[in-house]
Amino acid sequence: MAVRIIAEKCKGCQKCVKNCPFTAITMQEKLAVIGPGCTNCGACIDECPFGAIEKADDGARGVDISLYRDVWVFAEQRDGALMNVSVELLGEGAKLAGEIGCKLCAVLCGENAGGLIDELFEYGADKVYYADAPELKSYNTDAYTKVIYQAIVKYKPEIVLLGATHVGRDLGPCLAVQCGTGLTADCTKLDIDPEDKKLMQTRPAFGGNLMATILCPNHRPQMSTVRPGVMEKPKRRPGAKGERVDLAVSFKDGEIRERVLEVVKGLTEQVSLTDAKIIVSGGAGLGGPDGFGLIKQLADRLGGVVGASRATVDSGWIDHSHQVGQTGTTVKPQIYFACGISGAIQHLAGMQNSGYIVAINKNENAPIFEVADYGIVGDLYKVIPAILEVLG
Amino acid sequence: MKIIVCAKQVPDTNEVKIDPVKGTLIREGVPSILNPDDANALEEALALKEKYPGTTVSVISMGPPQANYMLRECLALGADDAYLLSSRAFGGADTCATSTTIAAGIRKLGGCDIILAGRQAIDGDTAQVGPQTAQRLGFPSVTYVQKIREIKEKSVVVERQLEDGYEVIEVQIPCLLTAVKELNEPRYMSVKSIEDAYKKEITVWGESDVSLAPEDCGLKASPTQVFRSFTPPPKGRGEMLSGTVPEMASALIAKLTEKHAL
Amino acid sequence: MIFSEKHELIRKLTRDFAEKELTRDILDEIEETGVYPPELLAKMGKAGFFGVKTPLKYGGQGSDYLSYAIVLEELGRVSAVTDIWVSAPNSLGGGPLMLAGTEEQLEKYLRPVATGEKIMAFALTEPGAGSDAGGTTTTAVKDGDYYVLNGRKTFITTAPVADWSIVYAKTDLAQKGSRGISAFIVDMKLPGVSCGKAEHKMGIIGCPTSDIILEDVRVHKSDLLGEENRGFQNAMKTLDIGRIGVAAMSIGVAQGALDEAIKYAKERKQFGRRIADFQAISFMIADMATKLQAAKELVYRAAQLKEVGDSEAGTAASMAKYYATEICNEIAGKAVQIHGGYGYIKEYRVERIYRDCRVFTIFEGTSQVQQMVIAGNLLK
Repeated sequence: MAVRIIAEKCKGCQKCVKNCPFTAITMQEKLAVIGPGCTNCGACIDECPFGAIEKADDGARGVDISLYRDVWVFAEQRDGALMNVSVELLGEGAKLAGEIGCKLCAVLCGENAGGLIDELFEYGADKVYYADAPELKSYNTDAYTKVIYQAIVKYKPEIVLLGATHVGRDLGPCLAVQCGTGLTADCTKLDIDPEDKKLMQTRPAFGGNLMATILCPNHRPQMSTVRPGVMEKPKRRPGAKGERVDLAVSFKDGEIRERVLEVVKGLTEQVSLTDAKIIVSGGAGLGGPDGFGLIKQLADRLGGVVGASRATVDSGWIDHSHQVGQTGTTVKPQIYFACGISGAIQHLAGMQNSGYIVAINKNENAPIFEVADYGIVGDLYKVIPAILEVLG
Repeated sequence: MKIIVCAKQVPDTNEVKIDPVKGTLIREGVPSILNPDDANALEEALALKEKYPGTTVSVISMGPPQANYMLRECLALGADDAYLLSSRAFGGADTCATSTTIAAGIRKLGGCDIILAGRQAIDGDTAQVGPQTAQRLGFPSVTYVQKIREIKEKSVVVERQLEDGYEVIEVQIPCLLTAVKELNEPRYMSVKSIEDAYKKEITVWGESDVSLAPEDCGLKASPTQVFRSFTPPPKGRGEMLSGTVPEMASALIAKLTEKHAL
Repeated sequence: MIFSEKHELIRKLTRDFAEKELTRDILDEIEETGVYPPELLAKMGKAGFFGVKTPLKYGGQGSDYLSYAIVLEELGRVSAVTDIWVSAPNSLGGGPLMLAGTEEQLEKYLRPVATGEKIMAFALTEPGAGSDAGGTTTTAVKDGDYYVLNGRKTFITTAPVADWSIVYAKTDLAQKGSRGISAFIVDMKLPGVSCGKAEHKMGIIGCPTSDIILEDVRVHKSDLLGEENRGFQNAMKTLDIGRIGVAAMSIGVAQGALDEAIKYAKERKQFGRRIADFQAISFMIADMATKLQAAKELVYRAAQLKEVGDSEAGTAASMAKYYATEICNEIAGKAVQIHGGYGYIKEYRVERIYRDCRVFTIFEGTSQVQQMVIAGNLLK
């Protein structure tokens, strides 16, 4: 679906030029011209007062999509435990499968990880495809790609969902190329088009400034990685059962080209931002790395976790594992304290779904106040001690 | 050793602001920069070049002609040569089509021992083009590389970042590695290296130069398509507390307690 | 002025460097201790800041005057004292060598200065000879293969830490005024060379200034710089380059002050409004920005004219120095005013800016000397 200018209708008003998020439109002899920077986002279509911009379908050649059926969720396990995001995806996948009228399946790889199959049934999977091999014990790009790719070719799912973890974001792209299909990264919302039952994948783009809804109309499966912490976890139904399908696994010599020599855990301070009920985050307003001492004091008092803005991480004040936002972790705690954080859009993208947002900032015009439930204009070095005082 | 670095010119999304009235993004004055993770990829390549004499570092990018400026920066940082894949036919590419084009460019360069790319670009944040390029070239890949431990004759030993630690992985050469911020600290250009960068040529290739048909590129080769895009609705402004600092602190705790959040 | 891509990239390099390396903490520490960290100087040397327009064959970067102005502008925006360290080897230290040095002298002295390995001071001013350099009383008397130097130089930037200094001394006492002066390269470790106590300055803390005292210092004739008795011309031409440098610092420092003023005016609330919403403040900012832009154009033009050796270059440099340093002080003063009481305390950046830039209208030719030069060229 390429964006096109209808030359007869264009009046040369330049509104589209000014509003293109990607600077892709230029004026040539009073006519708007779409350049190679165009991502077909369509922002200009709504802006044009003359209806002179349209989207025309000349997308890629595809496959016979009617052969594909069912929603698959990649059940990611590490050390024999299911990742939270995979459970979240089972909840979301069940919703999608319900709307399409198909089955929800999980695909699980591991070594002696069959114990997880029942858990997958209890979280809503109708069917579990299971591959068991020593090579699959922990994630390996070549091994996992081969096994799951072969399963996709054989069983033809119409949708494959993966968690946007370091593993899912490695596996997803490889599978998509093997399958010759598209992949939408880091989705925050998934819907089924009620008319044609296609998957509508919505994700933040341009640093969270734009949301884009992406389709994969002519290729199958439709693949998405989904941001952890965004979808609701389903209720566990103890004793629920389903169908188990074992996948045949064999590897030839030289087929697996990466070898994990060692796994080192917890060297960086364990920060579970995703699971935290309360997060106290510090930003550039702290003025220096020492400010995180005060942030930690409040976090500790409330039984919460320390978060950070990108500016502080970039300045080396605190480890990246604390970063909340577009390039960090997406969080939705019950209470989010933003202290000395101006509220760059990337940051907002990662925390605006929090239950209650408390903003403390010297600048009353800081964008963070636009999303805050409670705002305090003031010096955090005075306000936080006062809050600690009240808490006793 | 021959190293190819994949780089992208991106708008500095840190500088993007939202029009408070219209809710649309203000892009005027937003500078274009070398994608931060790609700067780490390039730095690692340059460090390897210093460590292993005879190593060459080429930078390849796909983008509009203005991306030349970013490639100049790469040359000024120390890359030997730079290649820009630029054509109308490449427009509208998703990651799938982009990786086809980049892979074709790398083939045209005669392949290499190591490809280094950034983990992800800050305008798209997909982290897909790197591993997809590797798949198209038939190279193994390791994403989220936070350290290169050792280069052996036929393999590289790297640390791959996980959410709660890292893995040590040995991967066969040729391979593709994607770099995270923690990999290194990118160097500065120097006045002289900038002068030198403007004495070099940047090679620009269109689709036919890299033996691709127009229908294998850009939008025509992209399985995913943008259906629509919109500005996320801002959450309404809440309550601004007033009074002295202790009053505001008490009011805040009282309100949070009242809502059973605390 | 519209810059070439190359000059934009030089600006980017310098801005990135300034933002990352010249952090608030480091600058505060320099202010507190009076010591500029050597490792920071080493990094600046690596980035090529000490020899921006020094030829490649002498270890320089081979760029141009405009690049030099941009480097000073962008560093000065964050730290005025850093600009002093950068301008010294480019202008007062390296300048006399580039103008008059022999091949041997350039190789021996210019190269290490351009890379930052060695520091070269510039000793012209004397207690009784400031703008009137013709009043020089330091003497150099020939004795075989040596010259014997006696006298006192004052307000010499970097003197206490310098390896060498260019020293101007009278070689022909019979000639009056500016004639009969020669330039020497003096090793600061030679017997008879000493430095006075570092001055307690108002600003530019972190780059020491002191007297140089010469008592029967024997300088070999191979260290005579340029022709005997022709030193004054060398000094004046060097100051010409220096003026562009100080002008470039001024626009950078002024930009820093304006940035702070704008930021503060948007944050500070009085009478229920941002002070930026009061016309008294907003018009002040409009004036500051407009004058700053005018100064920038003068500086860039002076750099470009100097580059091509235009006959107007000297006047242009004086105009740029005169105007840019004056408006820098005006902008810094107004930035303090906008900050109100907060501008008077050290927690706010403008306090330091205000003190740092005060010297700009004084050193390397006072504003009044610039007026003399400009008028002199117009009225001759």
